[in-house]
Amino acid sequence: MREAGALDTAAAPPATATPARTQSGARARPAPVASRGWLTRQRLLGSGLLALWAAAFGGLVWYAVSTYDADIYSKYLPRLVDGLGVTLKLVIISITLGALLAIPIALARVSGNRVYASTALGYGYLFRGTPLLAQTFLVYFGAGQFNEELQAVGLWWLFREALYCVILTFTLNTAAYQAEIFAGAIRAVPKGQWEAGRAVGLSEATIFRRIIVPQAMTIALRPFGNEIILMIKGSAIASVVTVFELMGETRLAYSRTFDFTPYLWAAVFYLVIVEILRRVWDRIEFILTRHLRR
Amino acid sequence: MDETQSVFSLLALGAGGWGDELLIGATLTITLALTTLPFGLLLGFLVALAKNSNEPTLVANGQIFTTLFRGLPELLTLFLVYYGGQPLLQAVWSGLGGGYIEVSPFVAGVIALSLVLGAFSSEVFLSAIRAVPRGQDEASHALGLSPVKGLCLVKLPQIIRIALPGLSNLWLVLLKDTSLVSVIALNDLLRQTNIAVGSTKQPFLFYSVACLIYLTLSLVSSVGLGRLETWAQKGQRDA
Repeated sequence: MREAGALDTAAAPPATATPARTQSGARARPAPVASRGWLTRQRLLGSGLLALWAAAFGGLVWYAVSTYDADIYSKYLPRLVDGLGVTLKLVIISITLGALLAIPIALARVSGNRVYASTALGYGYLFRGTPLLAQTFLVYFGAGQFNEELQAVGLWWLFREALYCVILTFTLNTAAYQAEIFAGAIRAVPKGQWEAGRAVGLSEATIFRRIIVPQAMTIALRPFGNEIILMIKGSAIASVVTVFELMGETRLAYSRTFDFTPYLWAAVFYLVIVEILRRVWDRIEFILTRHLRR
Repeated sequence: MDETQSVFSLLALGAGGWGDELLIGATLTITLALTTLPFGLLLGFLVALAKNSNEPTLVANGQIFTTLFRGLPELLTLFLVYYGGQPLLQAVWSGLGGGYIEVSPFVAGVIALSLVLGAFSSEVFLSAIRAVPRGQDEASHALGLSPVKGLCLVKLPQIIRIALPGLSNLWLVLLKDTSLVSVIALNDLLRQTNIAVGSTKQPFLFYSVACLIYLTLSLVSSVGLGRLETWAQKGQRDA
């Protein structure tokens, strides 16, 4: 079993107990665990399962090659790439607009004003307690019912297009999650930071802007990255209301060709984007928290 | 149906209204989530043990599983299982000399949601496993418990206590993710709502009601889970 103290184990040989520190601070190393040979039961199990994964991936590649049809590739692969572009556009717009909306909501949450805070809390409950798919249906189909009223107030252009409806829904949805992240991050900054700011005579607004927010941003970074990943994955839902993003193009290709390979391409596309984003985020976090490391 | 028909008669139980259809859908939503829960959690726990092991091949297995099913959109996982699992299972089954076999949407939903829940819960379990002090292992060893007994009797109760808040979140996510099965024609709450909308042309009313039902399910589970967390913490109140 691996210990929690990863730093301690780095120097110690694997499969030993956590080195206890003696009073002088020197590291007492326990007796090494007797080796149980090269082929343990665990290794047998692990290798067997890895072989299964390899067989599964090999099978998928074999399936893709054996059902290869140049027409399907030349016709649908470019469409899937276009769909990927729509997905990225959708996510970037929703996340950005959502962030703009989330900032006032988060401020309301931490404002201490009961009316503001409970309104923001209610908004969060509403959007975080219901499925994104149901919200999308509510906006897309629900708006159709108010066709005339919306035309009267000049908003019909927004609700007529499935893509706009989806962007609106995703924005409202991600704003609720992002507000939660921002508010949590602001609260996570130690109270002493406020007190120290007051002690040196800064105004509340300055303390918030110059001391609290920069620290809260580092705290919010990781959950914010997770939220972007959730949004990328959630954007597949747009395909259900006829938006031809990556998933929509994939479903179209499948329904026309009954060839399963487009689903495999889509899976690869999604996995690659999510992995890239995860790595970029690790990197950003590493850079932004370098002053916290020794 | 008549536009002016009142909300109450539309939502009434029985042949005239859609209330009973929505409730049947809600029951299926709950059944699906509850059926998925044990499979997903067991899978997640096993994957967490694999990722926590000293054996690199087991760790690699855990990483592959988590990367795959955390990175794929839930909807795509569902389609892969439903449309891809069908021919795959058929091929294997006929290879073994079996006849026609069909993956029901419910089974596909349970499998897909279990894979997703397994991937996410494995991370929660992993950090909980690592948060249990190593001395607990040594103490159970000193008491002469076998590793499996030590895990089940000594560490598991502590792991559950630490993992519970994270798992509660995942339950709420699972409850919402069940709505995706409506896309593969399983008559859950959302699909029953779609049917009601198709027949009554009252999308705003019915989707709002569906959202309210989901919200109620979430709120009720939050309260229940809060109680569960208090119960799990009862040995820790002073700490």
